[in-house]
Amino acid sequence: MAAAGPSVFLLMVNGQVESAQFPEYDDLYCKYCFVYGQDWAPTAGLEEGISQITSKSRDVRQALVWNFPIDVTFKSTNPYGWPQIVLSVYGPDVFGNDVVRGYGAVHLPFSPGRHKRTIPMFVPESTSKLQKFTSWFMGRRPEYTDPKVVAQGEGREVTRVRSQGFVTLLFNVVTKDMRKLGYDTGPSDTQGVSGPSPLPGLPL
Amino acid sequence: MVSENPHLGNQPEPLQEDSDTRPLSMTTRRGPRSLPPIPSASRTGFAEFSMRERMREKLQAARSKAESTLLQEIPTPRPRRFQSAGEKELETEFGAEPGEEAQKTEQEDDSQSRSRVKFRDSVRKIKTKPPVPPGFPSAEEAYNFFTFNFDPEPEESEEKPKAKNRDGTTQEEEEGEEEEPPVQGIHKTDEQLLISATEAEAFLWGLDHTAADFVAVRPADYESAHVRLQMEKELLFVPSRLTVPTYKKLPENVQPRYLEDEGLYIGTRPDVPRTCQNIMENRLLTQEPGRRWFGDDGRIVALPNPIKPFPSRPPVLTQEQDFRAELETLYKKAVKYVHRSQHMIGSGDSPGNFQLDIDISGLIFTHHPCFSREHVLAAKLAQLYDQYLARHQRNKAKFLTDKLQALRNAVQTGLNPEKTHKSLDTTQKTINEYKSEIRQTRKLRDAEQEKDRMLLKTIIKVWKEMKSLREFQRFTNTPLKLVLRKEKVDQKADEEAYEAEIQAEISELLEEHMEEHEQKMEAYRAAYQQWKAWKKAQRAKKKKKKQAVEEHPEEEMGEPYPEEDPVKPVPPEPTDRALMEHQVRERAARSRRRPGEPLLVPELSLAGSVTPNEQCPRVEVLRREDVKRRSIYLKVIFNDKEVSRTDSRPLGADFRVHFGQIFNLQIFNWPESLTLQVYETVGHSGTTLLAEVFLPIPETTIVTGRAPIEEVEFSSNQHVTLDHEGVGSGMPFSFEADGSNQLILMTSGKVSNSVAWAIGENGIPLIPPLSQQNIGFRSTTPSSSVHVVANGRIPPFLCALKRADAISSIGTSGLTDLKKLAKWAAESKLDPNDPNNAPLMQLISVATSGESYVPDFFRLEQLQQEFNFVSDEELNRSKRFRLLCLRSQEVPEFRNYKQIPAYDREIMEKVFQDYEKRLRDRNVIETKDHIDPHRAMVAKYLQQVRESVINRFLIAKHHFLLSDLIVEEEVPNISILGLSLFKLAEQKRPLRPRRKGRKKVTAQNLSDGDIKVLVNIIRAYDIPVRKATASKFQQPSRSSRTFSEKHAASPTTHSPTHSADYPLGQVLVRPFVEVSFQRTICHTTTAEGPNPSWNEELELPFRAPNGDYSTSSLQSVKDDVFINIFDEVLYDVLEDDRERGSGIHTRIERHWLGCVKIPFSTIYFQAKIDGTFKIDIPPVLLGYSKERSMIIERGFDSVRSLSEGSYITLFITMEPQLVPGELVREKMSDVLKKFDSQEDEKLLQATEKFQAECALKFPHRQCLTTVTDISGKTVFITRYLKPLNPPQELLEACPNNPQATAELVARYVSLIPFLPDTVSFAGICDLWSTSDQFLDLLAGDEEEHAVLLCNYFLSLGKKAWLVMGSAIPEGPTAYVLTREQSHYLIWNPCSGHFYGQFDTFCPLKSVGCLIGPDNIWFNIQRHDSPLRINFDVTKPKLWKSFFSRSLLYPGLSSVQPEELIYQRTDKAAAAELQDRIEKILKEKIMDWRPRHLTRWNRYCTSALRHFLPLLERSRGEDVEDDHRGELLKQLGDYRFSGFPLHMPYSELKPLIEAVYSTGVHNIDVPNVEFALAVYIHPYPKNVLSVWIYVASLIRNR
Repeated sequence: MAAAGPSVFLLMVNGQVESAQFPEYDDLYCKYCFVYGQDWAPTAGLEEGISQITSKSRDVRQALVWNFPIDVTFKSTNPYGWPQIVLSVYGPDVFGNDVVRGYGAVHLPFSPGRHKRTIPMFVPESTSKLQKFTSWFMGRRPEYTDPKVVAQGEGREVTRVRSQGFVTLLFNVVTKDMRKLGYDTGPSDTQGVSGPSPLPGLPL
Repeated sequence: MVSENPHLGNQPEPLQEDSDTRPLSMTTRRGPRSLPPIPSASRTGFAEFSMRERMREKLQAARSKAESTLLQEIPTPRPRRFQSAGEKELETEFGAEPGEEAQKTEQEDDSQSRSRVKFRDSVRKIKTKPPVPPGFPSAEEAYNFFTFNFDPEPEESEEKPKAKNRDGTTQEEEEGEEEEPPVQGIHKTDEQLLISATEAEAFLWGLDHTAADFVAVRPADYESAHVRLQMEKELLFVPSRLTVPTYKKLPENVQPRYLEDEGLYIGTRPDVPRTCQNIMENRLLTQEPGRRWFGDDGRIVALPNPIKPFPSRPPVLTQEQDFRAELETLYKKAVKYVHRSQHMIGSGDSPGNFQLDIDISGLIFTHHPCFSREHVLAAKLAQLYDQYLARHQRNKAKFLTDKLQALRNAVQTGLNPEKTHKSLDTTQKTINEYKSEIRQTRKLRDAEQEKDRMLLKTIIKVWKEMKSLREFQRFTNTPLKLVLRKEKVDQKADEEAYEAEIQAEISELLEEHMEEHEQKMEAYRAAYQQWKAWKKAQRAKKKKKKQAVEEHPEEEMGEPYPEEDPVKPVPPEPTDRALMEHQVRERAARSRRRPGEPLLVPELSLAGSVTPNEQCPRVEVLRREDVKRRSIYLKVIFNDKEVSRTDSRPLGADFRVHFGQIFNLQIFNWPESLTLQVYETVGHSGTTLLAEVFLPIPETTIVTGRAPIEEVEFSSNQHVTLDHEGVGSGMPFSFEADGSNQLILMTSGKVSNSVAWAIGENGIPLIPPLSQQNIGFRSTTPSSSVHVVANGRIPPFLCALKRADAISSIGTSGLTDLKKLAKWAAESKLDPNDPNNAPLMQLISVATSGESYVPDFFRLEQLQQEFNFVSDEELNRSKRFRLLCLRSQEVPEFRNYKQIPAYDREIMEKVFQDYEKRLRDRNVIETKDHIDPHRAMVAKYLQQVRESVINRFLIAKHHFLLSDLIVEEEVPNISILGLSLFKLAEQKRPLRPRRKGRKKVTAQNLSDGDIKVLVNIIRAYDIPVRKATASKFQQPSRSSRTFSEKHAASPTTHSPTHSADYPLGQVLVRPFVEVSFQRTICHTTTAEGPNPSWNEELELPFRAPNGDYSTSSLQSVKDDVFINIFDEVLYDVLEDDRERGSGIHTRIERHWLGCVKIPFSTIYFQAKIDGTFKIDIPPVLLGYSKERSMIIERGFDSVRSLSEGSYITLFITMEPQLVPGELVREKMSDVLKKFDSQEDEKLLQATEKFQAECALKFPHRQCLTTVTDISGKTVFITRYLKPLNPPQELLEACPNNPQATAELVARYVSLIPFLPDTVSFAGICDLWSTSDQFLDLLAGDEEEHAVLLCNYFLSLGKKAWLVMGSAIPEGPTAYVLTREQSHYLIWNPCSGHFYGQFDTFCPLKSVGCLIGPDNIWFNIQRHDSPLRINFDVTKPKLWKSFFSRSLLYPGLSSVQPEELIYQRTDKAAAAELQDRIEKILKEKIMDWRPRHLTRWNRYCTSALRHFLPLLERSRGEDVEDDHRGELLKQLGDYRFSGFPLHMPYSELKPLIEAVYSTGVHNIDVPNVEFALAVYIHPYPKNVLSVWIYVASLIRNR
């Protein structure tokens, strides 16, 4: 069947959630999951993951390094609904409650090759000052009902967010049969990242 | 310096160089004085770098030549440098100076102090620099070094120039002013090298200067607030807010004028606050004393002037400089014209070297205002003569004559039979054809000849007129001269030919007429025959009629009179030869030359002489002078753009203009239009556009050289009146003296031109590729484009063009149309101020002014077609595209379609089949599932309502609230805070632990088998007990009961009917419970006795439909949990008593006793169901009876409130507990609130307030004020309550017994099928339908039932309320409360049962609020159980009413209809349905028993069938015993177990389910027989009560 012309194309992504920059926070961990359209199906690998808790490095950079691997393969018939990775970062607040520190999402790169992405992260804001205070006091900050909300555009107009921090992701993308199905994602662009980055998490 | 002069000798060479390098040194020459004095810079310029090689060569040459002289002649203070000085000269000349320039600019950025230091460094470097000849590597080093250092020099340009200028000027003064710039340059740089000694001083000077500049000590500026305010007052202007009086805004002594009052259209002014307007007016008045911003009415101008073609504001030119700046010409690089829209050349084509050659040879006016009368005639004559020539050339008459002759010959030969070899038939045919052709040709020839003759006559006439005119006016204007040449003819031959022709014609005509006559005769004969026959028939008929009239006089009237009598035909007359000859001759005389008359040949020549000016009258002279003053030129307009124009040529006296110009148009678009505009200049006054001439775009085959000269006519509609002999244009004039016979002539003419494609160098025609033509538009034929002008009608091809692209077509063809439009507009007197007319007015104004047309539309995606990669049809044909579209529209079948295949071919047709079928069936009512057509219709309707609601829900689902997206803690109020604080102090391990809620599971990540329904069966009461063999039973025990006795509120004291048949202790019944859910069956162990206790937990797996465990899917699960109670009966089947000792042989049979049915949706929403339920026991249970008496005797009656029926205690829940869809429901109600409401806003606010207050006090009590009706609007709830008439039939049933009537009505309501809203509108909302909708739909849930019942009760005159509360097992529900004389009754509208207020088994467990037709009362008593509350709503302490003194009842109209109309149900249809159901059920039972034979006992069936109507009549009461007796009589030797089931009829499936759940079919006794009877009792409005009697019979032996 494969010889007769493929009916699906495959997108294999591996890489890692390298590091984060959250200048104010420490001891963070992150979760990732994928949001994809109806024509997509994961065929191998983990769709969700939760990382270890990492503390800031003691040097100037204050990077939070996870180096948390991502390895997933999707198959699809249609580029519509291209997978997005949704990240949510959590960490303790002053009272030790686990609160959310950022949400972010990015599409997986289209073209094969090595890609580095730095995602700005944001959290929903409280609806009022009082709410803000109580949520701070109670350690129950506003959260998205579902982190996957950040991968969709619908309904966002009712929320307000504050941006905080960045997360750097590294993807290695391999596609199969895309071109055979008529989708040309361009030449593989490997110039974006030159070699393995010795010090991940340095967007500065 | 003296040393400079010899340099001049060197000049030639450097100058040459200079010219070479001019671009580089240009800047230098502009300002040599501003050159920085850095010697190093002059050498380190980048130009040196590039030039080095060349310099090196030059140097070699120059050195030998100049070395010796330089050595001696330059008196340099540094002798060791003289050599290099010469080199420098050359260097600087070709490029070092630009280097300086560049450096200078670089220098500007840096700080002074640093530069100083660096500068010194550099200076030192320069000084120490060894005198290496340039071009050697050391120069490069120096370059690097210096550039590095000099980068950041800032002050160079300011300070050094000063220092240097001083030096420079002195130098120059010495040198003399006349020196040439390059020489100066040489000199200067030379000098720069030399003056390094003075530099140090300069730097020092600079240093001092800066120091003095930058140090300044001043006190901090301060102005007191007062002073500042004063100053600000001077500077700032604060416009007042006060209204400006009108007189200030208007010119003096002018009354405000209001255009509205004058009836003109004034648009609505934009809404601006009054104060803002005032401020603005004040500001305008102060700033601009002019009043142009104020309208006539004294108000500020706020609307664009509707008459102005382009809305604009007055130009704001505040300062003069700006004004000038705006006028400044900016240089812009030429931008290649980007082709608009579709006329682009494909990328593959060579871009735009196409050429169109337009040859304009000349122009002839056929009419011109300056024409004199003679000219008019001359033009006419010329035209006629042209016509004559053309005709003469074609000579059609001659051709036709020849043809006629040939045809005649052919006929002659054809008629000769000997000569023909063909069959007679064919000959005849051909001859006939010939003859007809002869006729045709003759007619044509006659017409042609006549025309020729007429033309000739006209020519002669015009010529005569002209001659007379010339004579009359005594001068000639035109050289035209007509000569008529006579050609002699042979008179005799001519006459003969003439005569022969006439004879031939006559004979032919005769023949023709004969034929015609023959035909007519034929027709006549036939007609005559017919007529005769008719006549005969008529006569016969008359005779007959006479007889008929005699016999049946009345029949005659009805008989249709024959329409028409055929007229008696008249025979045709034969033709008269003489008459015909006369005709022919007459015609010949008219159209033909008389025989012997000479042949006249007109010849027009220009041989005549024009009367010279002196001999002409004054007016004529004036005319001629006027003509001379005029000149004509043509503009060539290509694609609406002027590309070139001809020279202006004077108009000749003959009104011909010769241009003879050829224009070569380089184009790269396919031409859309090619137009020539004819302009006329009169003297020096100005030019007028006379007309536009549309030229055809040549065919691709027409290339230069081959193109014929064509004449294209044009005309103009200008009106000109002249004060001299010229006749003018568009003006009536006359040739007659009396002014009659007026003529109006328009300026017109012909342009002779030729348009052709040029031929390139290699002989290839320069034509845009053909591909363009297909897309592009061509105004093809000359006639068509001229047509547009001629009649103002758009030819069809232009229409097509217009449709395709309005822009291109309007430009070319719209103009003349618009002129007509303008005329029309002027005539119809449109209001030009009305914006409705604005586009029209603008069009017209543009059109009439002749300006270029500005389209007032803007198009998006004008290139859309280019980007469509396939046509729309093809796209729609794509299955994949269709699938994607459908999924995107969330069509139910495709909503969650996963992995749409990548190719069309992989998509099966059948994917769409369901969907297409549904679309097809939308209007087709399927009766297969629903036997009863009305139900089918209703089901269809429900389906549609559901679809529309779901669609709306889907839309609403895309509407998000904050709470949908973000989880946020509520702000805690004090009580919660306090509670949580209190919690901190709480004991960690309380002595009385409280039950913790189970963990709830969100339904997403569940799969089959994860969810279980747990049914805990605890105990049952009052299970019917078996009766002894029926033969002994004859005792009618409770036949005498009355309705009043049934009032459970007053515990009835039953007369204990003691049955002696049952000894105490004998097992009366061995009941067990079987729970079936989704066809999974579990049962308990068997207990004993009528009050068994099982206490068992049964576990049933739950499967969601399609494995979809989402909330909305779970909510729409329609399955019920059936809890059936069976009696296990052991039968001894031992045949032989002798074996009794050795073995037991029994058979277990189970007999259905009753069931409880709990919908899954209830379990899902309630999370748990806990309580005692009444078992639904059939009214007749053969072989069983309720033997409560014994228990009563034992003294239990005092403990338990006794009621009818048996009860079972259950606890049902789900494991794990699912989060109920409440969230969705709540949200939906929120969403639904967004739907509009017709209620008063105040009322809605009040309801919200009321609800909030109630919820605050008793959060768990149901409080309902507004509901959503079926169209999605919010309606106040009391509007649903209104007395409505129950069916008359029910009222008449028990006229004397109101209670019986009430029960009957309740029963009627309960017979309407129950359909929970949650199921029909899965997870969406509660929709309330009005009672008539409910009755039409025949389906609804508690609310609809309750509302209908309440309305009936109200109409019966009862005091009735809707009770909103919760009950088991339904959960939140609606009941009806009525007030009888002394007590209250609670009615369950869905079952028709009623309970007293103090009935413990009343399923209503809590009361939230009562709703009456005019008020809502919320229960604010401590308890909410109906047992413990007071229903007296008049007490405000117990019931909080919605409408009170503070908010009076506004008298809301009801949403209910005035009256319900009931149709009688078709009995026949019911009977038919009954038969069909019976048949289907029988088939089903046989299906369920695949391994056994199913025998039907007809006898029993018919007995049952007779019995069922009885049951209906008595509503299932009190017939048991009679029935039993009767049955026993009939079926004495059968052991019989069976029962009737009673249900409302909705559709077939529940009936089948119910029969299945009884398990009758499970009996596998070999000789069992079955009986099944169905009875349907029709109630009005298609409400059907279904009885199914199933029984099994076993023959007793």
